Amino acid sequence: MTVADAGVLLGAVILSGLVVWFFFFSAKKGTRLVGSGGVQEAEIVVKGGYTPDVLVVKAGQPVRLTFLRQETASCSEMVLFPDFKKSAKLPPGERVPVEFTPEKPGEYGFQCQMGMLHGKIIAE
Amino acid sequence: MVRDPVCGMEIEEQTAAATRTVDGEAFFFCSERCAQQFDADPARYTKQVTGTKGTDAIVGSATTGVNPGVTGPLQVELPIVEVICASCVQTIERSLGGLPGVLKASVNFATGKAHVTYDPAKVTLRDMSQAIRKAGYSVGSARARIGIQDLRCASCVTFIEEALKATPGVLKASVNVASQEADVEYLPGGATLRSLRQAIESVGYRTAESPAGASSEDAERTGREAEFRELRQRFTVAGVLALAVLILTFGEFIPVLRAIPPQTNWIVLFVLTTPVLFWSGSRFFVGAWSAFRHRTADMNTLIALGTGAAYLYSTVATFLPDLLPQALRAVYFDTTAIIVALILMGQLLEARAKGQTNEAIRKLMGLQAKTARVVREGQEVDIPVEEVLVGDIVIVRPGEKVPVDGVVVEGRSTLDESMITGESIPVGKGPDDEVIGATINKTGSFRFRATKVGKDTALAQIIQLVQQAQGTKAPIQRMADLISGYFVPVVILVAIWSFAIWFVFGPPPPLLHGLVTAVTVLIIACPCALGLATPTSIMVGTGKGAENGILIRSAEALETAHKLDAIVLDKTGTITKGKPELTDVVAQEGLAEGELLRLAASVERTSEHPLAQAIVEGARARQVELTEASDFEAVPGHGVTATVGGRRVALGNLKMMERIGAGPNGLQSKSEWLAGEGKTPMYVAVDGRPAGLVAVADTVKEDSQGAIARLKRLGLEVVMITGDNRRTAEAIARQVGVDRVLADVLPEDKARNVQMLQREGKTVAMVGDGINDAPALAQADVGLAIGTGTDVAIEASDITLIKGSLTGVAVAIELSRATMRNIKQNLFGSFVYNSLGVPIAAGVLYPFFGILLSPIIASLAMALSSVTVVSNALRLRTFRPSAT
Repeated sequence: MTVADAGVLLGAVILSGLVVWFFFFSAKKGTRLVGSGGVQEAEIVVKGGYTPDVLVVKAGQPVRLTFLRQETASCSEMVLFPDFKKSAKLPPGERVPVEFTPEKPGEYGFQCQMGMLHGKIIAE
Repeated sequence: MVRDPVCGMEIEEQTAAATRTVDGEAFFFCSERCAQQFDADPARYTKQVTGTKGTDAIVGSATTGVNPGVTGPLQVELPIVEVICASCVQTIERSLGGLPGVLKASVNFATGKAHVTYDPAKVTLRDMSQAIRKAGYSVGSARARIGIQDLRCASCVTFIEEALKATPGVLKASVNVASQEADVEYLPGGATLRSLRQAIESVGYRTAESPAGASSEDAERTGREAEFRELRQRFTVAGVLALAVLILTFGEFIPVLRAIPPQTNWIVLFVLTTPVLFWSGSRFFVGAWSAFRHRTADMNTLIALGTGAAYLYSTVATFLPDLLPQALRAVYFDTTAIIVALILMGQLLEARAKGQTNEAIRKLMGLQAKTARVVREGQEVDIPVEEVLVGDIVIVRPGEKVPVDGVVVEGRSTLDESMITGESIPVGKGPDDEVIGATINKTGSFRFRATKVGKDTALAQIIQLVQQAQGTKAPIQRMADLISGYFVPVVILVAIWSFAIWFVFGPPPPLLHGLVTAVTVLIIACPCALGLATPTSIMVGTGKGAENGILIRSAEALETAHKLDAIVLDKTGTITKGKPELTDVVAQEGLAEGELLRLAASVERTSEHPLAQAIVEGARARQVELTEASDFEAVPGHGVTATVGGRRVALGNLKMMERIGAGPNGLQSKSEWLAGEGKTPMYVAVDGRPAGLVAVADTVKEDSQGAIARLKRLGLEVVMITGDNRRTAEAIARQVGVDRVLADVLPEDKARNVQMLQREGKTVAMVGDGINDAPALAQADVGLAIGTGTDVAIEASDITLIKGSLTGVAVAIELSRATMRNIKQNLFGSFVYNSLGVPIAAGVLYPFFGILLSPIIASLAMALSSVTVVSNALRLRTFRPSAT
């Protein structure tokens, strides 16, 4: 085994570690929602992903998320909240509100129809 | 002074340049030009003038439905947007109740609607909406989408929005450049479609006819078309350039190109490939970057990494060849360009195919009538269907569409309801019959009173339910979701390690082999196929259901329905018509059956008992002339007596006969036999002597027997549940071929009986009417409600059968099985594709067979895999219910 070989193998190990860390272990910062009149609101931009995609809310209080899709890629044309049995079509350029109330603390995911884009709601 | 209806100028009648008379009303014009404009479309201006004359004229909204012709206390249903807390309810009720003229106001939190009883002379809808707005909510917005032509600059958006917002009655207005539409929420009593159009036109834009059933679906379609156009453009450029790259790459085989030195050739290739990658393929990089920022990865990440690596290496080899040893100087511009072109081609095909998955909903939307002919102030006027109000009298002529839901008040006709119920035989309608919007009037003219308009119509609700269902997730998708969560990172890991292993153990040149296999792995992996597998089939399946009059409320219901073991059928209203009918007439010797029926029916004519009604209707159906009865007397628990044509007729049970001293005289055994058949026999006595029997029964629907046989063929255990006694129940069960009967079940125990079947380890479906059976429907794994007429949104059910027949149940189960089979094919296909494709791309076959995939083949495979999934889902469109 040459030095180059060893270098490449070491590189592969380090890179693999980085990939695993990046996708599975690096913590995402959540955006805390602010409430107005009892409703916690946030606007979420849909463009290759949801921004912000981790939302921290208070459990038991209604949440209103307004989605604005700024792309035409068909992947993101629908957003689903399977835990709340809610879904919405997101025509490009239009603000679409989705409302629900997470009754219990916990994590609730939302995603596009094909499961490519993800976000989650952390109810506290 | 009069007003020119065209330009609005105040002029003297005497000095007017021109005059016109329409419907007895005179119009004056300031100039010949205005008159010409008027002549082109008089209706436009005449209506406007009447509108300005009575400024308080309530112009209706589609959703709130108030008929301007009505006086006295009115009831109105105001949909209130954004009622999301229970405490808001009281706030709104208080502010409405505080208005003078409002007699009663109650807000339903669940439906988000305010029910207000008010005096139209004292308070207007506008006052109410203002009061609600003051309380912090907004009301009753009718929503309209108006197409705007040639909307280009983003700054014009503000102008149009401002103009719309300045229009009285407009709550919200937003203009979407992408879809070339204005989305306006307006108040009842305020704006009309016409005034909204005028507002847009006032700032210099032309409005386009908004398509029928305008909704988010259209905006979505516009978005999809934009996507398609863009993809096509990018693909065309990529395709042409990739072809050029391909020719130049193999230049050594073409004499003219052989003269170009390799290094120069590479530079030309670089120039040709760069726009392919960074313009045509920019979406991959943009997507990959967004995903990266979200700490996720998707298909774009893989493509961007693969093509990016090949491109970077080639660029280094082209411009900095000294960095690489002689043997490693190679370019992969052809690979890069062709991969981009092929994947764009795949996405283009996929976009086209995906557009068809929602064809069913589009068809439904296209069903909506555009105009309605209603009677307003004694005149027939054609108005846009959005402005039809609850209570309006609508006129429908042969060949026309019924615009909204309602009840016939005058006239008879046959209607083709196939588009809503899936029932292909036209249905006869007369006064008091329900008509459903979007159905087609075949033969006669009729008038009906609108009962449901706008988003409350059956059609609108069907569309909404199907759309909602398409947004739900089938449990089977969980597995696919779980896999896709790890898929891309795993593929990246495989790519890294296939590079490393080829580099260390592969044949020379190791770097190039490592690079090519890594790129191939990245390109061949197709997370999209996995992601598309379930939702596309669900879309097509639910849409197909709607076409057949089957409303599936969730993907979960669709999935559960395919693994049912047992199906519980409620007897009354499900297997049977739910309405008693005259079945037997038994006359004693010396009396004709017709005569017996005439006497019995004449007596019963005055009674409102359902059994009595059944006898009267049965007599009518047999064309028996009824006569006047007098001295009618009802004896509770016994029966009735009356005098018909001078003869004393008694009708009732055995006790009645004993009471009047008419022994059963041999009729008793016949009566018992009838009862054994599940019928209700009644003795008839004429002039104190037993004369015969009439029997009524809740008869089975024509298709029940066939449908039950079909359910059995599907391998289901069919169970009948009823409150009737066992004898009656078994008589019906025999007739339709049901083997297992749960008789004597109290309505409240139905759910428990369903549960007992579930305890036997069975997956149980319950079919019922959705009202009395609601708890049982909810308890069952799948609850199917038999719908009637325009009530389609039956809460307790998972599946609603619009056509009230059992055949729909069999069709629903067949559809569920077809859909699930399709989903499994898709999932299996994409799973097998990826789990074979990725290792082969990494070169696992090389040591044994010397097989190594070219990245170009990989990109072709990847492009075709997702197209295959969508095309397979589209095969479901050919689903046909099996013949009975």
